[in-house]
Amino acid sequence: MPDALKNIESVAAIITGDNIDTDQIIPSREITSTGRDGLRDGLFANQRYLDLETRRPDPDFPLNRPPFDSAKILISGKNFGCGSSREHAVWALHEFGIRAIIAESFGEIFHANCINNSIAPIVLNKDDLLGLQSVLREAASQVLRIDIERQLITSSDLPAIAFELNPTDQSRLLGGLDLIDLTNTNKDDIEAFIARDKTQRPWVYEI
Amino acid sequence: MSRDITTPRTLFDKLWDAHKVMTLEDGDDLLAIDRVFLHERTGAATLNALSRSQRTPIDPSRVYCIIDHIVSNKEDRDANDARSPNGDVFIRAVREAANEFGLNLVDTDDANQGITHVIAPELGLVLPGFSVICPDSHTCSLGALGALAWGVGSTAAEHAIATGTLRVKKPRQMRVTVNGKLRAPATAKDLALHLIATYGAAGGERAAIEFCGPAIDMLSVEERLTLCNMGVEFSAFTCVISPNETVLEYMATRAQSPPPRLIEHAMREWRLLVSDAGSVFDTELTINADDVRPMVTWGTSPEDGTRANGTSDASAYMGLEAGQELSDIQIDGAFIGSCTNGRISDLRAAAAYLVGQQVADGVRAICVPGSQSVKAQAELEGLDEIFKTAGFEWGAAGCAYCFYAGGDTFPSGARVISSTNRNFEGRQGPNVRTHLASPATVAASAVAGRIIDISESEDL
Repeated sequence: MPDALKNIESVAAIITGDNIDTDQIIPSREITSTGRDGLRDGLFANQRYLDLETRRPDPDFPLNRPPFDSAKILISGKNFGCGSSREHAVWALHEFGIRAIIAESFGEIFHANCINNSIAPIVLNKDDLLGLQSVLREAASQVLRIDIERQLITSSDLPAIAFELNPTDQSRLLGGLDLIDLTNTNKDDIEAFIARDKTQRPWVYEI
Repeated sequence: MSRDITTPRTLFDKLWDAHKVMTLEDGDDLLAIDRVFLHERTGAATLNALSRSQRTPIDPSRVYCIIDHIVSNKEDRDANDARSPNGDVFIRAVREAANEFGLNLVDTDDANQGITHVIAPELGLVLPGFSVICPDSHTCSLGALGALAWGVGSTAAEHAIATGTLRVKKPRQMRVTVNGKLRAPATAKDLALHLIATYGAAGGERAAIEFCGPAIDMLSVEERLTLCNMGVEFSAFTCVISPNETVLEYMATRAQSPPPRLIEHAMREWRLLVSDAGSVFDTELTINADDVRPMVTWGTSPEDGTRANGTSDASAYMGLEAGQELSDIQIDGAFIGSCTNGRISDLRAAAAYLVGQQVADGVRAICVPGSQSVKAQAELEGLDEIFKTAGFEWGAAGCAYCFYAGGDTFPSGARVISSTNRNFEGRQGPNVRTHLASPATVAASAVAGRIIDISESEDL
């Protein structure tokens, strides 16, 4: 069951560029078990290490540098998390400690995977995003505070930036709900639908 | 139910409404899911989570497990042979869970085995009007058949298996009208790359996209699948195409088509899978298929495509400077296969450029059919001999070199022209540079040892 997520307070690491795909976030070869654990070291493996064999960290990669190695917030560009549906990308980010990602847009499946795993996918318009990035370039280690309830990003020397989650996503992040249990409260409706559908589209059910 | 029946509905509206159980308190719709497909790579995590939570499938007969992603592509493979280290763990886990839960299993040694999005149409595991989810982003391919099919994460797949439903917010809708006529040697792959290059990799705006127009009407079943397959590279929620009579005939003659006593009924319903006149879309795009020429990508996003006789932009990863002629670019590898372009028509198109030809020195060329049925058909037609005689390696079905999961691949820094869907950094291996193209362009380039514009060599 996902954790409830209300406030995130942390420095923010910037991963520059658009179209950061899930192959970059977690290369397929880093997925070595059928569980959702043990993915932390594989996060951004192609960029994070100078050498894949020895895993010598690249000091220039943002997540390798204190205090960003304990960042809970990532900032990136357009279409973050595009590509493969692999939920391992979100599991790896979560295991690293990331709880919010601020971007201009997200890959569709990645966005849904974030909500299912208590990571807030926050969309900012380009101006706000560039503004935030330029402030952080001046004062990289300042702490951002993300308030999911009020939908605001604040920090000591930055005007508050408003964002908008769709209400369903917001309530799911705040509630940390188990969706299967929640959906099963509608079991009677589902069974009635299927009974009706069996007469209308019997070939769906005759296998 | 309360909808005014005179309101024109899009094809996507009709598919959505037909599966809508209810609107939930939180505003999402609860959609009934007709089929769940799982492959060993992400399906293993789904089934693992299902076991741990001690839940069971609501209807195991409507769940299919398909071994395709990291299974070995050697022709003499055994049931657990994987192409990547540790890969057998995933194959075994899915097989065991399928048996435990009583799910359908298309195993490594099944004569019908192949890539999920290739065998689902072949076998009729998906039919027009079905809702289908799979923890695989290229599930959008199946919208080509008039199905509501989209890729999800492993957690969502678990929800669908346990409850028979998904909670989804209805996406916005986009219509892409393709006028004119797609002319050989341009293919559906080139059309997709042209669309993405024109509007960008985020151009689909997370919308459900309906492709229509004269150029779409003329596409074969397999061309439709290729076009819709690339929808996710365009940031579509999914793609749909209204099934024409050719598609309906195809879907009525599969192993899992409706039984004879139901087929007339099904066909009547399938013929309603069309957007009503006057349907309103949130976004409209129009492109002209007459403008489409053979395309090749030069960068690391599918939007980085240009005509094969064009020039590249700068890309450090790809080792290219701005203004380089694509036709000057030497290649080290060529791959034909994948859910995008691993079907029989793709292999035929490629083979046409290989008859009596040899792959250039220093080029490693590989063809892996999208399914064992495609492989068998190709072998019946003698295509395997054409590929092998030309110097291509020939493999058993699966996703193969479309993505690297550890194991055999091209060397670091190698430049590969590939009939696949993603040119992301490291997608085909550490530092491997991928140029996306159609199977015909891949084959012709393999022979030339450099990127070729096949529209300039039309002497076939």
